[in-house]
Amino acid sequence: MAAVTEVRGAKLTVRPTRLRAWLLVAALGCLAGAVLLGVLVGPVRLPAGAVLKEFVNRLPLIGVHSGLSQLDAAILWQIRVPRVVLGGLVGAMLAMAGASYQGVFRNPLADPYLLGVAAGAGLGATLAVAYLPGRAGWPADPLPLTAFAGALVAVAATYVLGRSGIRSRNTATLILAGVAVAAFFTAAQTYAQQQHADTLREVYAWILGGLGTAAWRQVALILPYVAASGLALLLHRRLLDVMSLGDEEADSLGIRATRVRLTVVIIATLGTAAAVAVSGLIGFVGIIVPHTVRLLAGSSYRRILPLSVIFGAAFLILADLIARTALSPAEIPIGVITAFVGAPFFLLVLRRTRRLS
Amino acid sequence: MPGTRRLFRRGAASRVRRCEVIPQTGLWTTFLTLLVSLSLLGSACGSTSQSGSAPTSAATNALEGAFPVSVKAANGEVRIERRPGRIVSLSPTATEMLFAIGAGDQVVAVDDNSNYPPQAPMTKLSGYEPNVEAIAKYNPDLVVTSNDPGDLVKSLGALSIPAMLEPAANALDDTYAQIEQLGMATGHVSESARVVASMKSQIQQLVASGPTFDSSLTYYHELDQTYYTATSNTFIGQIYGLLGLRNIGDEAKGAASGYPQLSAEYIIKADPDIILLADTKCCGQSAATVANRPGWDQITAVKTGAVVGLDDDIVSRWGPRVVDFLQVVVQALDRLHERVSA
Repeated sequence: MAAVTEVRGAKLTVRPTRLRAWLLVAALGCLAGAVLLGVLVGPVRLPAGAVLKEFVNRLPLIGVHSGLSQLDAAILWQIRVPRVVLGGLVGAMLAMAGASYQGVFRNPLADPYLLGVAAGAGLGATLAVAYLPGRAGWPADPLPLTAFAGALVAVAATYVLGRSGIRSRNTATLILAGVAVAAFFTAAQTYAQQQHADTLREVYAWILGGLGTAAWRQVALILPYVAASGLALLLHRRLLDVMSLGDEEADSLGIRATRVRLTVVIIATLGTAAAVAVSGLIGFVGIIVPHTVRLLAGSSYRRILPLSVIFGAAFLILADLIARTALSPAEIPIGVITAFVGAPFFLLVLRRTRRLS
Repeated sequence: MPGTRRLFRRGAASRVRRCEVIPQTGLWTTFLTLLVSLSLLGSACGSTSQSGSAPTSAATNALEGAFPVSVKAANGEVRIERRPGRIVSLSPTATEMLFAIGAGDQVVAVDDNSNYPPQAPMTKLSGYEPNVEAIAKYNPDLVVTSNDPGDLVKSLGALSIPAMLEPAANALDDTYAQIEQLGMATGHVSESARVVASMKSQIQQLVASGPTFDSSLTYYHELDQTYYTATSNTFIGQIYGLLGLRNIGDEAKGAASGYPQLSAEYIIKADPDIILLADTKCCGQSAATVANRPGWDQITAVKTGAVVGLDDDIVSRWGPRVVDFLQVVVQALDRLHERVSA
C-alpha cells in the first residue's frame, strides 16, 4: 500500500494510488442515502411521497403538486433541508481538516481543533455574547464572525509562539504552543463568562454545538469558506502523500515541507473556523472519519481526502438525524451522538480490519 | 418553642383575609406599593370592605421578636440565636423575599445577580462561585443561598455562621414555605404571612379574571434561542397550568428533567397559540427576532401577534414577583382574546 516506492538509483516511481471507482461510488451512495434519510425523517412526520414530489417540483420545467401544506413545506424547506445541508458541509469540513492535520503533523491524534481553533472560537463567541448587547437586533448576528475571528487569532498566536518549532521541523513545538494558546484562550473565555454570569446560558448553548437553529443564512455564510478550503486541500492531496514520508524525504523530492505544512494548516484552519462559527464545537468527527477511511481505503491521501469529505458529510448528517429524532421532539446535543455512536463504530471498524489483514 | 411558632404561623396566615388593609412600614411599603400598582389588587378589592381585623395582636407581637428560633430550611434545622441584623443573601430570589417581608434593612450584602429591588446592597459576591472568605468579611449572622456549591453551607457552619439553603421551588407552595421560613428566621413572621396571603389572593384573582377561550390554548415558553423550554412539570409550567394553558413541550416530557431542547420543526408543527420569551434579556430575543426565524412566520402565535416578551429575571425566580409574571401573561391573553373575538 505504500504510496511512494523508492527505487535505488535515485529514480522514483509513484505507484498509482488513485481513488478506485467502486469505492467512490459506494461512498457517494452512502452520502445520498444519508441525505435522503435526513430529508425524509424528522420529528414532524411528512409523507415521503410528498417530500420527493416537492424535490421534483423544484427541478426546472417540471411542475408537480406535492400536496404538502404551506406549514409542512415551510418545515421541509426552511428547517429540515438547510439543516441537512449545513450538517453535510460542517461534517465534510471537519473530517477533511482532521485528515489534513493528521497528514502534515504525521500525528494520528491531530484533530481540527489542535492548534487552538476551538478555544479561540469559544472566546470570540463569548465576547460577542457578553459585550455586544442588543446584537439580536442587528441585521446579521455578529457571533459567527467573532467566533471565526477568535479562531484565526488563536491559530495565528500558536504560529507566532511555535515558530521556532516550524523552522526546526519539530512539529511537537507547534502542537505544544497550540496547547498553551488553547489553555490561555479558555482561561480568558472562562473569565469573561464569569464576569457576565447572565450570559452563561447562551455561551454554553453555543459551545455544546449543534445544528438546531440551522438556516440557509448559515449555509450561505460558510459555503464560500468550506468550498474554497475543501478545493485547496484536495489539490494538496499528492503533497500530503509525499509529506507522509517525512520532511527530509519530502525536501529531497523538491518539496518544501515546512511551507506545505504552513499552507495546509492555514487552509484547514480557515475552513474549520467557518464551520465552528455556525455549528459550535462538534468533537470527534475530525478524528474518527479520516481513520475509518484509512482503515477502509489505505493510507494514501489521494483517497483519504476525497473520501473523508463524503463520509464526513454522511456521518454528521446521520449523527444529526439521531440527535433530532431519538428523543423527538426533544433534541440531544450532537456532540453526544458523534462520540457515543462514533466511538463504538470506530472500534468495530478497527476490529474488523485487523481481522482481515 | 418551634411548635408553637409554627402553629402561630398557620393561624396568622388563615386570619389574613383577601385584600386586607395592610399596615405599611418601611421598605415593605415601597415594595407593596409597587406590587399593588402593577397588579389588579386595587381595582378588584374595592368592594370587599369587611376584611378581618389587623393581624397584629399583642400575643403575636410578643412572639415576633422571640429568639432563638429553629427554622427548617432545605439543609435541615437551622438555629438562629438572635434576630439577624447582618444578612448576606446569595440568591436573587431570597433577596426579593427578604425585602418583601420587611427584612430589607437587616440585609448587608447581596450577590451580583440580586438586581431587585434596586435598593438591595448588591456586591461582587457570587452565588455560583461563592467565596467563603469574602462572605465572612461582611461578618454575617445569617447567610441565605439557593444552592450549595463546594459545601458552602458546611464551610459557613465551621465559622459558626448560620446558613439557610432555599433552593429553586418546584411549586408555589415551596415559594410560600420559603417566604415563611425567612419570616421566622428574620423576625418578620406576621409580615411574611401577609405576603403569602396577598400573593395567594392576587394569584387567585388573576386566574379568575383571565379570559376564557373556546378551547384551551397551547403555549411555548422559550428559555433561549436554541429552543430550550420548560415543561408543565416545572415551577413556571405549573403557573401557566393555573391559567389552563397547554404546554407544547410536554410531548418531550421524559426527555429531560423538565427542560428539554425542542426541534424547530416540531415547534412549528405544534403551532402554539402563544409564545412566551424568557430570553429577552439574556439573548435579546423579541417578537421581531422570532418572526424573522425561518419558517416561524407559519406559527399562529406569530401571525396573531401573540409573542410575549418576559423579563428573564422575574421568570427565572420563584419569589413574590411571580404575581407580576402571571399578570403579564393574563394581560397577553386578554389582548389575544380581544383580537380573536373582534
